Amino acid sequence: MILVIEQALNGLQLGVMLFLLAAGLTLVFGIMNLVNLAHGSLYMVGAYLWVAFAQLTGSYVLGVVLALAGALVVGMLVEIIALRTLYERDHLDQVLATFGLILFFNELVAILWGRSALYTSAPSWLSGHVELFGDLRYPAYRLATIAVGLAVAALLWYVVARTRLGMLVRAGASNRTMVAALGVNIRLLYTVVFGFGAALAGLAGLMAGPIYVVEPGMGEQVLIQVFVVIVVGGIGSIRGAFAGALIVGMVDTLGRAFLKPALATIWSPVVADTAGPALASMLIYLLMAIVLALRPEGLFPARA
Amino acid sequence: MRFSAQLLALVVLLALLAAVPPLAELLKQPFYLELFRRIMIFAIAALSLNLILGYGGMISFGHAVYLGVGAYAVGVLAHYGITNGWLQWALAIGASAVVAAAIGAVSIRTSGIYFIMITLAFSQMLYYLGISIEEFGGDDGMRLPKKSQFPGLIDLDNPVAFYYLVLAILIAFLYLGHRLVNSRFGMVIRAAKANEPRTRAIGFSPYPYRLAAFVIAGAMGGLAGALLVNQTVFLTPEFMNWTRSGELMFMVILGGVATTAGPVLGAAVLLLLEDLLAGWTQHWQLILGPLLVLSVLFFRRGLAGIFSRDHG
Repeated sequence: MILVIEQALNGLQLGVMLFLLAAGLTLVFGIMNLVNLAHGSLYMVGAYLWVAFAQLTGSYVLGVVLALAGALVVGMLVEIIALRTLYERDHLDQVLATFGLILFFNELVAILWGRSALYTSAPSWLSGHVELFGDLRYPAYRLATIAVGLAVAALLWYVVARTRLGMLVRAGASNRTMVAALGVNIRLLYTVVFGFGAALAGLAGLMAGPIYVVEPGMGEQVLIQVFVVIVVGGIGSIRGAFAGALIVGMVDTLGRAFLKPALATIWSPVVADTAGPALASMLIYLLMAIVLALRPEGLFPARA
Repeated sequence: MRFSAQLLALVVLLALLAAVPPLAELLKQPFYLELFRRIMIFAIAALSLNLILGYGGMISFGHAVYLGVGAYAVGVLAHYGITNGWLQWALAIGASAVVAAAIGAVSIRTSGIYFIMITLAFSQMLYYLGISIEEFGGDDGMRLPKKSQFPGLIDLDNPVAFYYLVLAILIAFLYLGHRLVNSRFGMVIRAAKANEPRTRAIGFSPYPYRLAAFVIAGAMGGLAGALLVNQTVFLTPEFMNWTRSGELMFMVILGGVATTAGPVLGAAVLLLLEDLLAGWTQHWQLILGPLLVLSVLFFRRGLAGIFSRDHG
């Protein structure tokens, strides 16, 4: 039972992180109609900037703040230099151009910090375990990432649903020509939205640093999972991104933890040994295929 | 005929490819034989992708899957001691066609960004499947114990013979592809890309046509995979990595979407550029990436577009 709760928390932690990435990606898609493969690169940039700034300043918090600002700036620069001209293009052009950006960023990071993986650790005040209830002890750092992720989700909901900026974002998503005609600087709005999406991706990256490893190409692995998230949730919908992220996070984590023992009880352990891990790593893609086959618009489609 | 300039370019290109082995022999640079054989194998894969992406408007982001399936079909049979080339390549084509039918049956119901994503998801599924099967080397991959055997016909261990076989297959596929897109079947595919409601209105349901094109493209990709594993003599799940699918798409776009010569030009330019940059600096992707971005932004009609004013 303890194990189940622990794995469920791991699933929640992965889900929350996926949400931070998915929120930016789905907003950019919903509003600008842009497929951005380079979103994973911003995740990587966030992680590397955090490593660099934390070393430079010697402070975890200062490193985080500077890395977030850095990711915001990098995101806005990418939007202004490369992506702006792509809004009117078809998805194919967007996929290819942002694919080119991935190559660029991976190599740039490899030049600046080397190709080998960097192992980082959580700050000392977050490195212990927390006793939750009973015998369940859970790493404080993972618990903190869950809390931060949920807080950001709440904040994001507030900004999108309750503020003027959020209103513009929603209006821009449903009819950009009309919003522009009403005198809103839509180009600036796009740049700002893209920048904040990049900062969220950077946040996910720097929080992921101590849990996984920081290395060139770390963005792609997670990027494809994030695509699964937004397709399952419904492209362009923040609510969908949240639900999709939690579902994918849970399915992936629980699948990896329990599919093998579950299969072993049905078939022979030998079969489970081979089929379990294979099936577990395919599970979220299977989920996505089923969702797309049954509900092509995703589980929580954005209202048109 | 509006394709005439393009046709001429294609003939010149194929003649140049045919001249590579004697030139490589003359210059004592067997490396170029390998390089251009590789280019032609990728040209075959790009050509098959162009059928669905270029002519059919189906943006498949998982075409490298068929390279992988084809390669695994050859590798797995060889692993169990079956080295008969006919059998291996038939399985490569057949298995790829079956996989393409399964992927296509689900994905073609969707369109736009969903189609891109679902094809990507399926390719990731097979990629992870390849990684997790320890029997065939997992993510380390495995060596091909012996190249495909065609006793009495051709010896793939002879690099020049292998080269000309690949060239012959490329030419055959170029011809087949050309015939296919200009047939009634190809017209329906292209019509469905240009305007789906009108295609329905004149009485065609695009779905079976698209699925058939998808399966044909997959089968051709599978043969490219069988060739590729004989080229590298090594088999890894990286064959179906999603970046490989991205490269194939780039070859099609760079060469010119929905053109006969495009995929060959695209494959040649991309792989030569990679080779050139890699010889120049270790950080060649830093240059290649922005070049790709620029080519998408400013070079929309592709290389084959240079040769044809009228671009359908």
